[in-house]
Amino acid sequence: MNNPCLLRNISYRAWYMWRRNVDVSLVTWKTNVLPPLLEPVLYILAFGFGLGAYVQQISYAGRAYDYLAFMAPGMVAVGVMFHATFDTMYGAFVRLRYQKTFEAVITTPLSAEDILLGEILSGATKGLFAGAAILLIVTLFGLAAYPSSLVILPLAALAGLMFASFGLYFAGIAPYIDNLNLPIFLFINPMFLFSGTFFPLDGMPGWVQFIAGLLPLTHVVNITRAATFGTLSAPLLWDLLYILALTAFISYFSIRKMKARLIK
Amino acid sequence: MTPVVKASGLRKNYGELRAVDGIDFEIGRGECFGLLGPNGAGKTTTVKMLTCALPVSGGDITVEGLSVNENPRGIKYLLGVCPQEVNLDPDFSVVKNLIVYSRYFDIPAPEARRRAEELIERFHLHDKLERPVEDLSGGMKKRLLMARALINRPSLLVLDEPTTGLDPQSRRQIWEEVRTMKKNGLTTLLTTHYIEEAELLCDRLVIVDNGRIIEQGTPMQLIQKHLPDGGNLEDVFLKLTGKHLRDE
Repeated sequence: MNNPCLLRNISYRAWYMWRRNVDVSLVTWKTNVLPPLLEPVLYILAFGFGLGAYVQQISYAGRAYDYLAFMAPGMVAVGVMFHATFDTMYGAFVRLRYQKTFEAVITTPLSAEDILLGEILSGATKGLFAGAAILLIVTLFGLAAYPSSLVILPLAALAGLMFASFGLYFAGIAPYIDNLNLPIFLFINPMFLFSGTFFPLDGMPGWVQFIAGLLPLTHVVNITRAATFGTLSAPLLWDLLYILALTAFISYFSIRKMKARLIK
Repeated sequence: MTPVVKASGLRKNYGELRAVDGIDFEIGRGECFGLLGPNGAGKTTTVKMLTCALPVSGGDITVEGLSVNENPRGIKYLLGVCPQEVNLDPDFSVVKNLIVYSRYFDIPAPEARRRAEELIERFHLHDKLERPVEDLSGGMKKRLLMARALINRPSLLVLDEPTTGLDPQSRRQIWEEVRTMKKNGLTTLLTTHYIEEAELLCDRLVIVDNGRIIEQGTPMQLIQKHLPDGGNLEDVFLKLTGKHLRDE
């Protein structure tokens, strides 16, 4: 509201916005539930079985793995990214510009910060749901070690917060809905390809490795892969720290950016 | 009696532009108060400052003694806002729209359901209870917006151009509702382009132009003052604000 400090304007009411968005997802559940379950099956068929027939073994962190086992955790991380980012990026844009949802809710006791935090939370929920659904498929294919793979659930929730915040930020800076193609081209797709999802980064030139190290998805993939391989280790805390820091940073700035658009 | 709303020296600047340039008014309890003015006069900006959707640049506006500068959340609990543009949730049914909205006011679910059904009955939407809002006509959507604005039993109802774009039948039905609410003692702020509407519904009104109040009084007082030889409020309005076209 009028207090310039964002944190002070946040209240439990953010959950009301979260519930509103979850309620909408439940109304339209067929389009929300089936893609996260079916997409990874397609990827596993195409890359795992199709490409995997030619690339049988892949060397990663000093050990050899089946290609399918290597790329499966990447699909879990990618699913979290896609679903969380797109939920806020397109969803929040539509609620801001077309459905005028925020305009309706801002006259109720919710503050702009409550609304936008609710958006991030519901985007993260979608990311978590997608991550869990893909993990289930990966588990059914026998590609996830337990109990270490359970780490992926809280990680997906955290990564969901981060990617939902990125999505909200993009929605906050895009003048028109078509502009949202730009972050997909410049940010989402490069991450999809160059975050160690389909191939290890060790073989890439140094500068590619450096850039990949900056991409948030790389760190989510690192932890997810170690979890499905059952090789979680202390150095992964750096990946976690990077994700935590970036989440704090981008969630703050996305709320600030979008608030400026909501309240002029 | 203390007024429900009190605006004093209210200002809103956008850079050099003074959208609202020092407005003062009071709305008494149970009163239907009209805010009239051509496009771009500062009506919507004033309403948005009152509903805490826009920060004020200067001055203050209070609702039940709470200031928009100090306690916007407290004010928002007291308001029922019926917006100019339809912003219902297209993914929800008629009743679900009201239930989800009532959650924002911490109204518990069983009570929300009870109030929602009561309001849907009162606004003649009971046939549509479980229908998606997309199935509603323009007039029905406006009635649902009005029902939604009442779900928290507000101290002040804000009607921002409630009948713009409606057919004469729907307009009359909305007017009937406003009259009923007035009889029940609800305090209302009405903005409108239809001067006839203000003449019919408002106890008192102000005419704003260029961010300032240029005239105020009861509809009758304004007509007698400016057009002693007869005429209607629209003639007064045009006399005061000029006949040239305005664009937002």
